[in-house]
Amino acid sequence: MIELTINGEPRAFDVPALKRLLDVLRLDAGLTGAKEGCGEGECGACTVLVDGHAVLSCLTPVCQVAGADVVTIEGLELPDEKLHPLQERFVTLGGAQCGICTPGMVLAAKALLDVNESPTREEIREGLAGCLCRCTGYQKIVDAVAEAAQELLADVR
Amino acid sequence: MAPVGSRVPRLDGRDKVTGRAIYVDDITVPDMLFGHTVRSKVARARIDSVTLDPAFDWTGITVVTADDITAEGGENVVHLIEDDQPALALDKIDHIDEPIALVACADRERAIEAAAHVQVAVTPLEPLLDMTKSEGVASHIRLEDGDLEAAFARADHIFEGEYRTGAQEQLYIENQGIIALPRTDGGITVKGSLQCPYYVHRALKRLMGLDDSRVAVIQTVTGGGFGGKEEYPSMIAGHAALLARKSGHPVKIIYERDEDLRATTKRHPSIVTHRTGVMSDGTLVCTEINVLFDAGAYITLSPVVLSRGLLHACGPYRYDAVVVDGRAMLTNSVPAGAFRGFGAPQVTFAYERHLDYIAGRLGIDKLEFRYKNTLGLGDRTPTGQVLDHSVAGRQVIDSVVASANYQERRVQSTNLDDPKTGERRRRGVGLSYFFHGAGFTGNGEAYLKGKVALELLAGGRVLVKTASTDIGQGTVTIFPQIAAQTMGIDVHDVEMAPPDTSQVPDSGPTVASRTTMVVGKVVQEAAQEILDKVMDGAPDGADFAQAADTYLESHGPLRVDATFRSPPNIQWDPDTYQGDAYPCFGWACDIVEVEVDLDTAEVFITRFDTAQDAGKIIHPVLAQGQVEGGSLQALGHACMEEVVWRDGGMRNDRLTNYIIPTCLDAPEMHVELIEVPYDYGPFGAKGIGEMPMDGGAPAVIAAIEHALGVPVPNEIPLTPERLLPVLKEVV
Repeated sequence: MIELTINGEPRAFDVPALKRLLDVLRLDAGLTGAKEGCGEGECGACTVLVDGHAVLSCLTPVCQVAGADVVTIEGLELPDEKLHPLQERFVTLGGAQCGICTPGMVLAAKALLDVNESPTREEIREGLAGCLCRCTGYQKIVDAVAEAAQELLADVR
Repeated sequence: MAPVGSRVPRLDGRDKVTGRAIYVDDITVPDMLFGHTVRSKVARARIDSVTLDPAFDWTGITVVTADDITAEGGENVVHLIEDDQPALALDKIDHIDEPIALVACADRERAIEAAAHVQVAVTPLEPLLDMTKSEGVASHIRLEDGDLEAAFARADHIFEGEYRTGAQEQLYIENQGIIALPRTDGGITVKGSLQCPYYVHRALKRLMGLDDSRVAVIQTVTGGGFGGKEEYPSMIAGHAALLARKSGHPVKIIYERDEDLRATTKRHPSIVTHRTGVMSDGTLVCTEINVLFDAGAYITLSPVVLSRGLLHACGPYRYDAVVVDGRAMLTNSVPAGAFRGFGAPQVTFAYERHLDYIAGRLGIDKLEFRYKNTLGLGDRTPTGQVLDHSVAGRQVIDSVVASANYQERRVQSTNLDDPKTGERRRRGVGLSYFFHGAGFTGNGEAYLKGKVALELLAGGRVLVKTASTDIGQGTVTIFPQIAAQTMGIDVHDVEMAPPDTSQVPDSGPTVASRTTMVVGKVVQEAAQEILDKVMDGAPDGADFAQAADTYLESHGPLRVDATFRSPPNIQWDPDTYQGDAYPCFGWACDIVEVEVDLDTAEVFITRFDTAQDAGKIIHPVLAQGQVEGGSLQALGHACMEEVVWRDGGMRNDRLTNYIIPTCLDAPEMHVELIEVPYDYGPFGAKGIGEMPMDGGAPAVIAAIEHALGVPVPNEIPLTPERLLPVLKEVV
C-alpha cells in the first residue's frame, strides 16, 4: 500500500511500487488532467507538482512519491470554482489552444512562480522549457505567466 | 460589447485549464478492450501468410485480419479520394509499418504482446524510395498561362534554381486515438480525436458495409491536429470499429508516440525548380516551375495537396507567362498527407528563395524587387482570376517593414563576435512575402455545400449544430461570436452542439482555413434567418429573449437549416485550371532575425515580426494565436525538424530525436493583424489557419544568408549539419 497526499487529500493505493505516477493518477485516482504525450519525459504534458516541484509523472514510479504532497491541475482551482490567476490568464490571454499541454504548462508555471515571484520573460521561458506546446508559439503562454505573476505579487502586497 | 472583434475568453477555456476537458484517452467505458496494430517490418513485400503463433495463449484476445472485412460485407479501403489504400494489407505490403492485422484484449500489455505473436510471412521485394526515380504518378497537374516561349525570348536574363523541402511531422501533443462502441442495431459509434467527423463517417460506412443511420462519429476534445487528424483518423477509427464488431466490446486504440510518428502521415517532401525570365530593371516576365512531391505509398490527399501547391507556386507576383507542371509520385514510403499549409509551404519556400537569388544576381534590393512585382488590386493571377477586392499585399509589407525597422536592421553590422569569449556569431535579418488562398480550391465549396443548423431555445438562447470541429483554433468561440453578433444577443447565449454525426449536419471538413470564412458565413446566414423569423411581428424595440419565447409558444420549435451559397461570379474550370482558384487570398509578410554560431553552426531565431491580413478579425487573441503557432511550426521546419528516413519510414520516432521548438527556441513574436475585409466572409473575415505556415522558412534562410554573407543551401530543414560546410567560406 502506497500512501500519499493528492490535492490535499490523503490517499492510499494498492499498486505495484514501480507503477508510473501518471498511471496511478489517471487510472487509480481518476484524475485525468495530467496527460501522456510521449511517455519518456520529453513533452511535459504529464507534469504535476510533488512537494512543490514540477515533476514528470510518466518517469516517476509511484513508490518514489510515497508520503509526498502531489498536486495535479484538478487541485489548483481555488474554493468556489474560482480559477487560480495562472488558469485565469491562460484563458483570457490565449495561453491555451488545444489544451493538451495546458495542465502541465500551468503547473510548471506554478512551480516557477513559487520560487521566483517576479520572473523575467527569459526566466519564464527557461522555467517552461520542459513543456512542449505545438499550438501557441509560446508567446501567449509567456504573456499569461508574466501577467499572473504580477497579479499574484499585487495580491501579496 | 459587440461579440465580433472582442476578446471574449475562449468558451472552452475553463475546462481546458482545470483538467475538466475530456480527451479520448481520458474516457474509460465498461468491458472495454485495448486494440493494437500489427504492422509491416519491411517497405515492400508479398504477404505469404498471416498465422497465429500456436504456442501463445490466445484466450480473451480478438484478432482481425483483412478477411474479416470482406466476410462482413465491407470493402477493405480507407475511403478518401481514390480508395487505393487498404485498411489492412491483404496480399502485398507497400510501405513499412503498414497495418496488417489487429488484436484487442482487456489487458493492454497483453494486447501488445499478442500482436508480436501474429506471424506474418513475407517475400520481400525491392522498394522504390526515391521519388525522382518513380514512374508511379499519384497526380499530375499542369497550369499554363500566356506564351512562355515568347516571354523568355524578350527577357533580359534567365535564372534557374532548385529548392528542396523535407518531410515534417504535425506533432500534435495528443497522439491519435479512438474508442469504438458496438451497437445493438449492428451499427457502430466511434468517439475520438479528429478534425473531420464526416470523413470518418463515410469511411466507416464503406469499411463496415453499413448505412448512414448505423454509423455515428463523435469528436472528443482534440489535442491538436494541424492536418494530421484530417484523413488519418479514418484509418484508426476503422481499426477500432473492426475490433469492436468482432469482439462485441468497446475498443480503445491510443497510439504511443513512436507508433504515431512512424505510422501516420507527414508533410510531402518536395523538389521545386524555377526557371525565370526577368528584365534588367527587375520586372518579372515569366517563369517555368516544376513541382515534385513524394506522395508515399498511397494517394491519400496528394492530388489536392498538389493542386494547392501549383496554385501557390508563382506566389503573389505578376508574370506575363507561366507554366507550372506538378507531379505527386508514388513511392514505398509511409504515405504523406495533410499538414497545415497543404502544399503551399513547399512552393513558397521555392519562390521566395528564388526571388532572393534573382535580386542578388541583379543587384536589386530584395524588398524593392518584391514591391515592384507584387500583385495588386485589379491584377490577374496565372489562372486568370482577377483580384477585384480584399488585396492587402503592399499594406502588409509597408506595415511590418516599418514596425520591424527592417531596412535599418538590414544595413547594421552582422558581426557579433566577442573577442573576450572567443565566440564568433553573426546576425542577419530576412524577409518573405506570400499569400494564401482561403477555403477550398476552385468550385470545391460550391460542390461541397457545407451545412449548418441553428435551433431556437427557450429564453432567447440559440443552439448551433455544425460538424466543424474545434481542434484548438477556437471554433466553439468563433461561431457563437458570429451568431451572437448577428442576433444582437450575448455570446454566452449561444450553445454549440457536440460534433456528433447523428446530431449535426455535414458542414464539410475542418480544413483549408475554411471554418471561420466559409462555415462561419453559413452560421451568420442561419442566425439572420432565426432573427428575422422571431422579430417578424414582434413589437418595435422588443427584447429578443421575450420575442423568442413568444415565437416558440405560438409557432412551436424553430430550426433553421442553412447551406453554403457561392459568392456571385465565381468560375472555375478544373480541366483547364483557369478561373477563380480561391474565393479570396490572405496576404502576409514575415521578418525573421537570426544569430548563427560560426563554430557550432547553430541557428538561433532571435526575433520574429509579421503582418498578416485575414480580413475582419473575429477574435484578435485567437487570430494572433493562429499566426504565432503556425509561424513557429514554420520556423521549426526551417532549421530544426528533420524526418530521418530508413526503409521509407521515420527512423527518429521519438521526441528525443525529432526536435520541435521549445519556448527557449521560440523568439518573441510581434504580430500585426491587417484587416482588409472580404465581402463574402462573415463580417468580412477570411481564413487565417494555414497562411502563417507558409512564409517562415524562406525568411529564416534569407536571414541566415544575410548573417553569413554567402549563399546557403536551398534545402530545409537547414540543420547545423547542412550549414556547416558553408561556414568555411564565411570571412
